[in-house]
Amino acid sequence: MLQLISLLLENKPGALMRVTGLLSARGYNIESLTVGRTLDPELSRMSIVVDVEPNQRAQVIKQMNKLINVLQAIDLTEGQAVRRELVLVRVRASMQNRTAILKEAEIFGARAVDSSVEGFALEATGDPEKLDEFIDVMRSYGEIEVTRSGLVVVTLEAKKLKLAPPVHREAEVESII
Amino acid sequence: MPANLMSGAQVVLECLQREKVEVIFGYPGGVTLPLYDALFDSPIRHVLVRHEQNAAFAAQGYARSTGKVGVCCATSGPGATNLVTGLVDAMMDSIPIVAITGQVTSKLIGSDAFQEADTFGITRSGTKHNFLVKNLAELPKTIHEAFHIAASGRPGPVLVDITKDCFQAQGHYAPVNSIHLPGYRVYTEGHAGQIRRAAQAMWEAKRPFVYAGGGIIAAGARDELRALVEMIDAPAVCTLMGLGGLPSMHPNFISLPGMHGSYAANMGMTETDLLIALGTRFDDRVTGRLAAFAPHAKVIHVDIDPAEVGKNRVPDVPIVGDVKKVLARILEILEETAGEMKQKNSTARAAWWGQIKEWQREHPLEPTMSTDEIKPQHLMTEIDRLSGGEAIVTSDVGQHQMWAAQFIRFNHPRLWLNSGGLGAMGFGLPAAIGAQFARPDKLVFAIVGDGGFQMSIPELATIANHALPVKIIVANNGYLGMIRQWQELFYNNRICSAKLDTFPDPEKLAGAYGFKGRTVESPRELRSALQAAVDEPGPYLLNVRVSPFENVYPMVPAGGAINEMVLAPPLPVEV
Repeated sequence: MLQLISLLLENKPGALMRVTGLLSARGYNIESLTVGRTLDPELSRMSIVVDVEPNQRAQVIKQMNKLINVLQAIDLTEGQAVRRELVLVRVRASMQNRTAILKEAEIFGARAVDSSVEGFALEATGDPEKLDEFIDVMRSYGEIEVTRSGLVVVTLEAKKLKLAPPVHREAEVESII
Repeated sequence: MPANLMSGAQVVLECLQREKVEVIFGYPGGVTLPLYDALFDSPIRHVLVRHEQNAAFAAQGYARSTGKVGVCCATSGPGATNLVTGLVDAMMDSIPIVAITGQVTSKLIGSDAFQEADTFGITRSGTKHNFLVKNLAELPKTIHEAFHIAASGRPGPVLVDITKDCFQAQGHYAPVNSIHLPGYRVYTEGHAGQIRRAAQAMWEAKRPFVYAGGGIIAAGARDELRALVEMIDAPAVCTLMGLGGLPSMHPNFISLPGMHGSYAANMGMTETDLLIALGTRFDDRVTGRLAAFAPHAKVIHVDIDPAEVGKNRVPDVPIVGDVKKVLARILEILEETAGEMKQKNSTARAAWWGQIKEWQREHPLEPTMSTDEIKPQHLMTEIDRLSGGEAIVTSDVGQHQMWAAQFIRFNHPRLWLNSGGLGAMGFGLPAAIGAQFARPDKLVFAIVGDGGFQMSIPELATIANHALPVKIIVANNGYLGMIRQWQELFYNNRICSAKLDTFPDPEKLAGAYGFKGRTVESPRELRSALQAAVDEPGPYLLNVRVSPFENVYPMVPAGGAINEMVLAPPLPVEV
């Protein structure tokens, strides 16, 4: 079953690997992963879609929250959230169906970003289901090549961030016997 | 205070001193030469081991026996990779250690330079956290963060990989006064409502059972555990990692639970109506088949790691917090109605104890004895006698480990040191080295099998070099005993590669290193041989030849429920 996770993590070398390593170590397949900087250049937001058994979902979130580079991990599989993806489709077009393809693309709000005698490169954004339909329609016109970006997600409500405050350095670790 | 001009190597040592580090266990190499040059002038003591794996185990022995953060050091490439077993072992048992490794010069990283390895990548999953430091400016903060992460919350190993140019760089050092890790949240307090529910459940239970793990020891909660056990008069087990958390001699202490736990312990956990799990993680060795584990019980689970609560068993009362603090609060609440509730529960409690004692009578945990050969269980009772509950006992991994856990008693925490979660052979001897350095006043026994002992022979040199009075007791049955037991019980006695032919003459081996050793084979001589070992002011290697075909009982077969124990060897079939 696909779990959708949104993470806020520190923009540090190795942070991404820690998150993906946690999943790969358990044999969970990552369907898609996107990550990018937030307004704070030190922090990135990551959206992951991973194949996890339903009864393991809570454990996955807890393990991610344990990672020191992760500030927040939330399960948005059932949550109220806006899901978007970008897809670039290269479609072969004959002289006969060039116009038809462009008109079809327009219906999906897609636009041509490249054009040649071979065909077009079309760009579409939207929720994954809409993009699935767009790809199906394009496929019916001829040979296509598809590059999907992976899901990007944002919650409708800001989730309260629980961060750890600075700790005054304890110079001594007491012997606890 | 004016900022000082220091090299990265000096900065590392300055930070270690501020962390009150007194000993480092390590092995030098090319990229750590600048560090060792700075060590030359440092009051910090460096103990040279003979294999980096043992540096990590020794750092663990130091940490396990004191609660302080153990420190080990290795060079890049093979030095760092040799630490991996010790790091993963610390991770599994939640032991606070910091490993400092050298790395090749920054601009060479990724070029397959001499003695280069992706230490940061390789140790990522085997440590609580790790760092790669290339800039001197980040070094002090990183070292202090490493110690903070290792020692706080659920303790664990942290590795700091430092490039050679960082060691050599010069810069102005200013002390670091605070640590900011926004993503590292530690929950210590425990939810007040859950705490109240737990206390209520404890008074209401007819057959409460305390299941205490290594977390009690990590939290320093021995007094609170004892107070709780006495307040509600519950039987208690301590896991392999928790032995000594409650004094073994305490009347409420049953034994260790699980795969090789006693009959009473496992029956108690199966029949309890309230399982009070404190600082423990419902490991498969303890629970057996989860579906059949504590089937009638409400479960209270107190742990500092939120990911452990609900991982293997969903508790009725989950409490995420420091077990010492949580128990203190629970005790306060219990105290409010103690007089009345103890009275109310007295009949039920007497009945429950009657049942526990009957189980103990039916199948007591008793050592096998013989007049012809030394039984390994007998060896453990003799060590127990000499220890009187006060010695530090490290063990290696295998049958001897189980018998030691069954028959040696501990009055205090941090006396029993063993590789529980990972079960890493070769642990016993170097851990004893670390423990002896940490607690020079203590009698330290390293109980090892002939298999594990041979994995750590190089450290006999370290022992001899520092004249560490460690008493190395080899429980020698000529086999990898636990493997042989499983091959006998589950593979039709097809013994493959479990026989350890050729064992070095201990007198000659110890003698080669300049100390005493002997073999003892007769049960009549065992006591005096052990006494002679203890009386010897320096190290001693005692090779105890024990019965080769003993099996550890009780045994819960893999995948079995813990109340389905095999209690004794199957009777021979009439032919």
